[in-house]
Amino acid sequence: FAGLADVSISEDIPVEGEITVPVGSRSPDEDYSTLDEPVRDTIMRDLKAVGKKFVHVMYPKKSSALLRDWDLWGPLVLCVSLALMLQGGSADSKDDGGPQFAEVFVIIWFGAVVITLNSKLLGGTISFFQSLCVLGYCILPLTVAMLVCRLVLLAGSGTVSFIIRLIVVVAMFGWSTLASTAFLADSQPPNRKALVVYPIFLFYFVISWMILTFTPQ
Amino acid sequence: RAGGGGGGGGGGGGAGWDGGERALTPFAPVQGGGSAVIDMENMDDTSGSSFEDMGEMHQRMKEEEEEEEAEGEAGAAEEEDGEFLGMKGLRGQLGRQVADQMWQVGKRQASRAFSLYANIDILRPYFDVEPVQVRARLLESMIPVKMINFPQKIAGELYGPLMLVFTLVAILLHGMKTSDTIIREGTLMGTAIGTCFGYWLGVSSFIYFLAYLCNAQITMVQMLSLLGYGLFGHCITLFVTYNIHFHSLFYIFWLGVGGLSTLRMVAVLVSRTVGHTQRLILCGTLAALHMLFLLYLHFAYHKVVEGILDTLEGPNMPPFQRVARDIPVVSNAVLNTTAKAIALTL
Repeated sequence: FAGLADVSISEDIPVEGEITVPVGSRSPDEDYSTLDEPVRDTIMRDLKAVGKKFVHVMYPKKSSALLRDWDLWGPLVLCVSLALMLQGGSADSKDDGGPQFAEVFVIIWFGAVVITLNSKLLGGTISFFQSLCVLGYCILPLTVAMLVCRLVLLAGSGTVSFIIRLIVVVAMFGWSTLASTAFLADSQPPNRKALVVYPIFLFYFVISWMILTFTPQ
Repeated sequence: RAGGGGGGGGGGGGAGWDGGERALTPFAPVQGGGSAVIDMENMDDTSGSSFEDMGEMHQRMKEEEEEEEAEGEAGAAEEEDGEFLGMKGLRGQLGRQVADQMWQVGKRQASRAFSLYANIDILRPYFDVEPVQVRARLLESMIPVKMINFPQKIAGELYGPLMLVFTLVAILLHGMKTSDTIIREGTLMGTAIGTCFGYWLGVSSFIYFLAYLCNAQITMVQMLSLLGYGLFGHCITLFVTYNIHFHSLFYIFWLGVGGLSTLRMVAVLVSRTVGHTQRLILCGTLAALHMLFLLYLHFAYHKVVEGILDTLEGPNMPPFQRVARDIPVVSNAVLNTTAKAIALTL
């Protein structure tokens, strides 16, 4: 440090900073204190994280927040609400026209797993749960479309309502596909993006088809 | 004991994180009691992604095992020193170390099992394709080769066939929906997936077995790939005929499109087999199964009200079919009237 002996700091600039060593963020003090905190705080923290991700999906910019802190709460909530809304209304076993809850659930999760495996096999750099998280969150536009369709069907089920539903579902399907592509396609080598986008397109297409052909009994 | 408790209370903030970190974050190679080194490895944010970086985890755990032995003595020394007991005293420290050990062992076993069974890297070379290649192969699957005296090359890739099977599943679902199919013991989705995957995997295995008997030169992956690309014709046919319900149109597509893709598969197989009887057996079986599958897919999931009577009655009747189900009303009606208009003008 001999060379630094002649470094002079002018007197009027205050030297400031922290000398204390910050404790690592995973200290047991913090863990114990999150155990002791009121349940409301824990729930609100998770809800805020989920809400922030919903906002990211609705305005898909290329941010890495969705990828970095993945969680599966949002996809679970969306999947369950979509499956509940898509349930065929008739309890009569002869008239089994609508998809059952288990069917929709299995389609969504099985489809997401297959797409993730496919993107990993094609050389993607994204992890398994990050990809599941993104695909699950991008079902949000389609859930909104389902809500709108149900409301429109309450008004009537003629040609006009079909055209409205078609437009809404197609728009939301495009939005879902674009949103998930914005997040997932970056993790692929650039010349293989089409290979990854096609299964995503097929996946959301099947879900959109189930939404469009839904008729309450 | 009281001194230990007081010291623990006072030094708990500073040194508690030391021992505690070892218990809860096994990735931290802790230096020793009471050092103020910030371990940057704790700051990583692969938050919760536990399937991530298994290789890295292996390495870290190996490093940690070596450090644990070194730390074992340090830990024992720590327990006697009242100041570094952490928050719960002697019992807490011991308990935490035991829990830590159990966690390490469990994690090691789980990661070993995972890397053994869930290694998807075996499949990686079969997915190494470019979009241009996939498109070229799709188009080639409809063009029968002429040169059957020379073994034709089959690309052993699985991406294209897999995507085609899923597309077929989606098209089947659409067909089942519009034809009002009722499945009693199961679900629509399960039936569609079971049919398509069962056909692809089952018939591939069966033809591979026959090929083994007939001494044909083809591997399992190549057979899967060949049959998968042969489903492209099925996809096109069903996509068109599930929307335009004309029986004669279906027969034209069945013979034309289905026939072309079957011819291609048969030609490739013939080029790889020696001997007339063997060629006949192999190709006859494949052609029969492939064409019959398309027939089955069309008729099983397509409710026909008057179609069969019409085709049986002879060429005098115009090929008119009742639409199976009017969802969606508009598109079907439009398509049918357009098709009828075209048929009448021909």
